[in-house]
Amino acid sequence: MKLFSTIGSYLLMIKGMFTKPENFKMYWKELMHQSVEIGIGSLWIVSVISIFMGAVSAVQTAYQLTNPLIAKETIAQIVRDTVILEFAPTLVCIVLAGVVGSKIAGELGNMRVSEQIDALEIMGINTKAYLVAPKILAALITIPMLVVLAAALGIYGGRLAGQFAGIVPSDTYDRGLLQSFIPKNVWFALAKAYTFAFIISSVSAFYGYNVKGGSLEIGRASTTAVITSCILILFADFILASILL
Amino acid sequence: MIELKDVKKAFGEKEILKGISAVMETGKTNLIIGTSGSGKTVLQKCMVGLFEVDSGGILFDGKDLATMHQEERKELRQQIGMLFQGSALFDSMTVEQNIKFPLDMFTKWNHSKKITRVNDVLERVNLKDTNKKYPGEISGGMMKRVGIARSIVLNPKYLFCDEPNSGLDPQTSLVIDLLIRDITKENNITTIINTHDMNSVMEIGENIIYLYLGEKEWEGTNKEIIFNKNKKLNQFIFASEFLRDAKDMRMLEEKGIVDNDRNMEEIMRDGGANLVMGEEETETENQNSNPEK
Repeated sequence: MKLFSTIGSYLLMIKGMFTKPENFKMYWKELMHQSVEIGIGSLWIVSVISIFMGAVSAVQTAYQLTNPLIAKETIAQIVRDTVILEFAPTLVCIVLAGVVGSKIAGELGNMRVSEQIDALEIMGINTKAYLVAPKILAALITIPMLVVLAAALGIYGGRLAGQFAGIVPSDTYDRGLLQSFIPKNVWFALAKAYTFAFIISSVSAFYGYNVKGGSLEIGRASTTAVITSCILILFADFILASILL
Repeated sequence: MIELKDVKKAFGEKEILKGISAVMETGKTNLIIGTSGSGKTVLQKCMVGLFEVDSGGILFDGKDLATMHQEERKELRQQIGMLFQGSALFDSMTVEQNIKFPLDMFTKWNHSKKITRVNDVLERVNLKDTNKKYPGEISGGMMKRVGIARSIVLNPKYLFCDEPNSGLDPQTSLVIDLLIRDITKENNITTIINTHDMNSVMEIGENIIYLYLGEKEWEGTNKEIIFNKNKKLNQFIFASEFLRDAKDMRMLEEKGIVDNDRNMEEIMRDGGANLVMGEEETETENQNSNPEK
C-alpha cells in the first residue's frame, strides 16, 4: 500500500512541475546554475572513473584472451563495446546517483526542513516547477554529455593501459576500434543515459522534497534516494537491454 | 482584514482545529498564543494556504481563500509576507540577494531600482552594510531582521510571523517586536503573530487570541489580559511566581493603587501585595462558582 502511495506522490510531483513559470528569466538562471552544479561538479570524478574503467577493462580482457589465434585488435573491440554498452552509461550513472542524487536530495531536504520551500510557496512560487524541474532538466542535459565523455575517456584509458602494460600497441588498438563497429550501440547508450538521468534527478528530488522531520531525516532521505536510484537504474538497464538490443 | 469562520482542520483522526472564529484587524498586531500543540502553527499555515481547511472559511478582505482560483491565490500570496521561526533565508544567497529575490521574481524593475528598494528595507530594519553577507555570517537577531525585510519588500497587505522571538535574548526580542508593530502601523497591514513570548503579548498584543487544544479559549487585548479571569489563560500566561507577582503589580498600577515611580520595597511594606492576593482569591472563587471561558 505504501508503495502505491509513494508512486502516486511521485507522479503528482512530476505533474506539478508543468506550470507556467512566474518569471522565465529566473527559471533559466536556475537551470543554468543546476547544469553547472551537476555537469561541471561531476566532471572530475567521471573522468577519473572512466579512464581507470577502460584501463582495467583492457588489462582484464587481455588476461582472458590467451589463445594466440585471437587477434590483438579484439581487445580494443571488447573494450569499446563494453564501455559504450555498459560501463559508460550504467556504471557512471550509478556513481552519479551517489554524487548528484545525494546532493539533490540533501539540498531539497535542507530547504524543506529549514522552511525555505514553505517561504517560496508563500511568495506564490510553484516550488515543484522552480526547484525540481530545473534539476531534472539540467540532469537530462548534462548526464548524457558526461556519458559520452566517459565512453571516450574509457576507450582512451584502455588504449593507454594497452600501451604502457605492453598488452597491445596503440596502432593495433586504434585499428581494432574501427573494426565491427555498430553505431546503434551509441544510440542505445544515449537512450540509457537519458533514462538514468531522469531516474537519478527525479527520484532524488522526490525524496528530498518530501523530507519530514529534522536534519537526521535529510541524511536518511539522501541514502534512500541513492539506493532507490541505483535499484531503478539496474532495473531499467535490464528492461532497455531486453527491448532495444 | 482576515476573518476566520468556524475553521476546522484534522490530520487523520486527530482534530487539531475545532471550529475557530476570529477577526484579524487591519493596522493591528494580532497575536495567536497557546501552549505547544494547541494548533496555532496549523491555524497560521491554513491562513497562508499551506494547509487546506476541512471546513469553515478564511476570508481575506471578504474573499474566501477556499473558493479562490489558482491565479487569485497566486495574486493573494504575493500580498502576503511571512517571517518564519528559523527565518528561512536562502543559505546560498547573500542578504541582498535574499531580499531582492521576490523583486526578481515578481517585478520587472531594473537592477538599480531593486537595489534601492533593498537598501530602503534594510535601513528600515536597522541593518546597514550587511548586503554582501551570507545568512551563516550574521546573528540570529539579524537573520530575523533580514527575514522581516524580505517579507515586506513587496509591500504586503498581510504579514505573518511564526514565533519571531524564538531563540532571541529579551532585548533583541523587544527590538523585533517593536519593529513588527511599527511596520504594521506605518504600512497599515494586517499582522498575525504566533508567539509563546509573554513580553510580546504584553508589549504589542493589540488583539490576542488564546488557543487551547484547538479551540479559541479567550480573546482580548494586552490590557484586558491583566484582568482576565480565565483560569487556563492565567495558568499559561502567568506560569511562574515571578510573572504572577508582576501581574499583581501591574494590576495595582492599572487601578491606580500604586504609583509607577514607587519601588517594590515600598509597595510590599505598604501591604500592596496582600491586597492583590486577596483580590485574586476572590476571583478564583467566583470562577469556581460560575466557570467562565
